[in-house]
Amino acid sequence: MTKLKVDVLDRRQFVIASGAGAAAIIAGFSSAAHATPETAAELIKKLTNSAKIAEGKIKIDLPEIAENGNTVPVKVSVESPMTADNYVKTVHLVSEGNPGPEICSFHFTPMSGNANAATRLRLARTQNVVGIAEMSDGTVYMSKTQVKVTIGGCGG
Amino acid sequence: MAKARVKAPKKAKAGDIVTIKTLVTHKMESGRRKNKKTGKLIPRHIIDKFTAKFNGETFFSSDWHGAISANPYMSFSFKASKSGEFEFIWHDEKGEITSKKSKLTVA
Amino acid sequence: MENEKSKLGWKLSSIALGSVLMIGAMAVEVIAKDWGKHQVDNRRSGYTYMTDETRAVQDDDFENPGMLWVENGESLWSTAGANGKSCASCHADPDKDMKGVSVSYPRYDKKLGKIITLEQMVNRELVEKMGDKAEKFDSKKMLSLMTFIGTKSRDMPVNVKIDGDANPFFEKGKAFYYERRGQLDMSCANCHEDNPGNMIRANTLSEGQINGFPTYRLKWQKPGSVHRRFKGCNKQVRAKPYKAGSDEYSNLELYVKWRGRGLPGETPAVRN
Repeated sequence: MTKLKVDVLDRRQFVIASGAGAAAIIAGFSSAAHATPETAAELIKKLTNSAKIAEGKIKIDLPEIAENGNTVPVKVSVESPMTADNYVKTVHLVSEGNPGPEICSFHFTPMSGNANAATRLRLARTQNVVGIAEMSDGTVYMSKTQVKVTIGGCGG
Repeated sequence: MAKARVKAPKKAKAGDIVTIKTLVTHKMESGRRKNKKTGKLIPRHIIDKFTAKFNGETFFSSDWHGAISANPYMSFSFKASKSGEFEFIWHDEKGEITSKKSKLTVA
Repeated sequence: MENEKSKLGWKLSSIALGSVLMIGAMAVEVIAKDWGKHQVDNRRSGYTYMTDETRAVQDDDFENPGMLWVENGESLWSTAGANGKSCASCHADPDKDMKGVSVSYPRYDKKLGKIITLEQMVNRELVEKMGDKAEKFDSKKMLSLMTFIGTKSRDMPVNVKIDGDANPFFEKGKAFYYERRGQLDMSCANCHEDNPGNMIRANTLSEGQINGFPTYRLKWQKPGSVHRRFKGCNKQVRAKPYKAGSDEYSNLELYVKWRGRGLPGETPAVRN
């Protein structure tokens, strides 16, 4: 009995070793050229018309480790009174490691009441997700959050 | 035809900030996936715009790219002030539109 | 004793391999935790092996994308088939009529003289009562009906009949479960009995319970049937999978369902 189990263990190691090469690829994406911090920065420049960007104000909730890169829950929130003359206009999410840097943009109004939004992302690999908040007075804030992404889901 | 599901309150007090949750069926084909049999890229086909209106006025909207998961989930807030009707609209980049309405009574 | 030792060896080596794979830290807590309704005796639903984020998606019907299929199933319920009859013609109150159905399938069927799965039962009704064509296990219509019916057994204990006429098929399913197969020469038990909670590559192995099927899998980005899941497992050990609806998988489904006896119906569960 014991002998049988030890035998299986060797095979298990083989399973693990043989699978490791596949770890870089996540369903939904091919392994084409990826976004980098540089391409992300370029996109941010374009989205914000090269505005001066300060750190902070925007909070991005992402799991530290995503169980499956296909569906990573994200919540953003920006502190703001959300009045007609002082509100959050837009929040952009930008990827530093997906095939392309664009993720999504949320457009708020004073009618939103607060600048909270949540959705789910595809993240192709471990990376930083950048959040950029554009305020109604023209100021722009940014923060980065790192997510570790694993190849998700055993078995076809 | 996409199918949508919305959780929006039916009643609220003036000044309440309520949370709205939405889901819609869509593959959100990123355009970067290959057909396993033919090896060819599957063409991109996504919903690229979501709009939430109250009495015809847009109070929240979102632009989506291929990095939004299949069967997209979106939650956001709304500050109640008067009674009226919500309309939620998903724009598919091929022109297909899915929408859902919901009434709100403000006491 | 020998056996215990080798089991420990297994665990240690799995943990070591897990950390080599960059995410040793991700190992789901196996220390005693109160899992409430998701645990019965020493049996734990797949729910308890998921991360907090994935569990949160299942817990809220307005975040759970599987509910889109449920809602479609609800509208299909009263949609007339080719001969003008709908599911609702005979089962007008699905809340009552479908209560406890999912958790009691698969069953022995006298007419077939073997095990019938709920999908096959739905197909029988579609064809014989409504004049429609049979659906594949993982068609949109079948998954919609299956998830809709499944929600009527939510939180009810899994309770399949394994005695009497069902018993020989149960035994066949059990034999399949312990049989090694594929190029990797592994049985279901190697992963799901010996190693739940341990990592295989970057994934946490579960007990392979099926109380939440059809389950919305993040990997699939849609719900899928138990038999689709079996196929995936068999492919993973490099074995030729059987077909959805095959006797092999129907018998296995009965056995695996029994392994989760008492666990609550969770359809549509959300899993990795």
